[in-house]
Amino acid sequence: MELVTPEAGLLFWMLLSFTIVLIILKKFAWKPILNSLKEREDSIADALQSAEKAKEEMKKLKADNEAVIRQAKAEREKILQEAREIKIKIVEQAKEEASQEANKMIELARVNIRNEEAKALEQIKTQVAELSVDIAGKILREKLADTKEQQKLVEKYLKDIQLN
Amino acid sequence: MKQIKQILLLLVLAGVFTLSLTSAIEPKEDSSASAEEKSATESEKTPGHFDAEEMIMGHVLDSYEWHLLTVNGKHITVPLPVILYSKDKGLNIFMSSRFHHGHESYKGFRIAEEGKYAGKIVEVTDDGQEIRPLDLSLTKTAVALIFSVILLLWIFISIANSYKKRKGQAPHGLQNFMEPLIIFIRDEVAESSIGEKYEKYLPYLLTLFFFIFFNNLLGLIPIIPAGANVTGNIAIPIVMALFTFTIVVVSAKKFFWIDIFNPPGVPWWLKFPIPLIPVIEFSSLFIKHIVLVIRLFANIVAGHIVALGFFALIFIFGEMSLLAGYGISVITIAFTVFLTLLELLVAFIQAYVFTLLSALYIGLALEEGH
Repeated sequence: MELVTPEAGLLFWMLLSFTIVLIILKKFAWKPILNSLKEREDSIADALQSAEKAKEEMKKLKADNEAVIRQAKAEREKILQEAREIKIKIVEQAKEEASQEANKMIELARVNIRNEEAKALEQIKTQVAELSVDIAGKILREKLADTKEQQKLVEKYLKDIQLN
Repeated sequence: MKQIKQILLLLVLAGVFTLSLTSAIEPKEDSSASAEEKSATESEKTPGHFDAEEMIMGHVLDSYEWHLLTVNGKHITVPLPVILYSKDKGLNIFMSSRFHHGHESYKGFRIAEEGKYAGKIVEVTDDGQEIRPLDLSLTKTAVALIFSVILLLWIFISIANSYKKRKGQAPHGLQNFMEPLIIFIRDEVAESSIGEKYEKYLPYLLTLFFFIFFNNLLGLIPIIPAGANVTGNIAIPIVMALFTFTIVVVSAKKFFWIDIFNPPGVPWWLKFPIPLIPVIEFSSLFIKHIVLVIRLFANIVAGHIVALGFFALIFIFGEMSLLAGYGISVITIAFTVFLTLLELLVAFIQAYVFTLLSALYIGLALEEGH
């Protein structure tokens, strides 16, 4: 029976000490502890939120970047294509120009050759004429070494001239 | 590795407990044995016989001195202050050692040996009657209570300081150990049972939880100044339940009283002319809180009694034969280790249940319509 009979003295001490504990802990322990727990939880929640925001932003930035890169790639492709086309054009043009030039030169050469040929022919002609005159002279001189003969010839020419 | 260390610690604790009990009781056997041999006139109450009930009850009940051990029939105790107030003799404060373990009276006060006030200090009136003065003695339980209060204040104020010092940082040390418990009480007990207005009651619930938890745990440590049966003394849960009851009654909303005296949805003939339901509801208001007291008290007392019962086995068997006593002590220690682990769990669960039910009752009182 003593086990379940509360003792007045102990009830008094318990009431006193529990009240003191409650008041002191409430003021000096629970308040700062709960406050800082809440603060920390808030700051963690804030941090998580801002991290989420940053993530979102990163995603956006990444998407932007990708778009820029894609654009740049397309541009590069375009530029390369253009360059290729230009190259082909230039080469073609150069080829054409070169062939034209060559043709011109060939033509010129041909003309030159022709001229040279004509000149050479002319020269040969004169030389042949000179040579033939020379030879003729020489032959004549040989032939005319005999005065009789010379007389004969002069008379003959003179006859021709008179005839004319 | 850590677990092995903890088990070792428990074993050591259980061992110390056994040893302290052994030394407390064995000499008694020795003295009684020598009493038989020498037929000495030591006036023991139960000579030559180990009284398990006395041993167990002596531990479970409160006392005016803190018994440490008994050496060669001499009790080594820590005397505790006795504070008495009576109409005739006024205020009297003295140490309990004046009573010489209840053998002598002092200033007309003595510890009653039998009758209604057995084991309590009584005042002997002129006509030889025993009456009980107002007894505010710092008994074993009261001292253990004050010790736990100091421990509680010291631990939580230092934790609060480390929260202030380490603002916004991760918890550290003791703070780390207590924080999950604090958050558990806040989120799982207070907020989920009371609702939005939980913050007002949270300091009370936290104090309640840690007060019970600490005292339950201290009850498991067998060395002074812990080891007293604090939460297993019915006065302690009574006061705590009174706090909860007062908070419930004071903060109860109109709806709470309507639900008791005129509960809606109940046939009228259950309320009039005989107010059957209101009477049941009204008495349940008290019964709930009384059950709160009994649940905590009975659980803790039961734990202590079972543990002591196992130790009593050693001496009961030891009286039959020394070998049997040593033999049974191995089993006893194994059981005590198991029981101590169980009691650790019970210490937490009972603190939790008391706090949870208090929160639920407060939550019910605050309800405003279903």
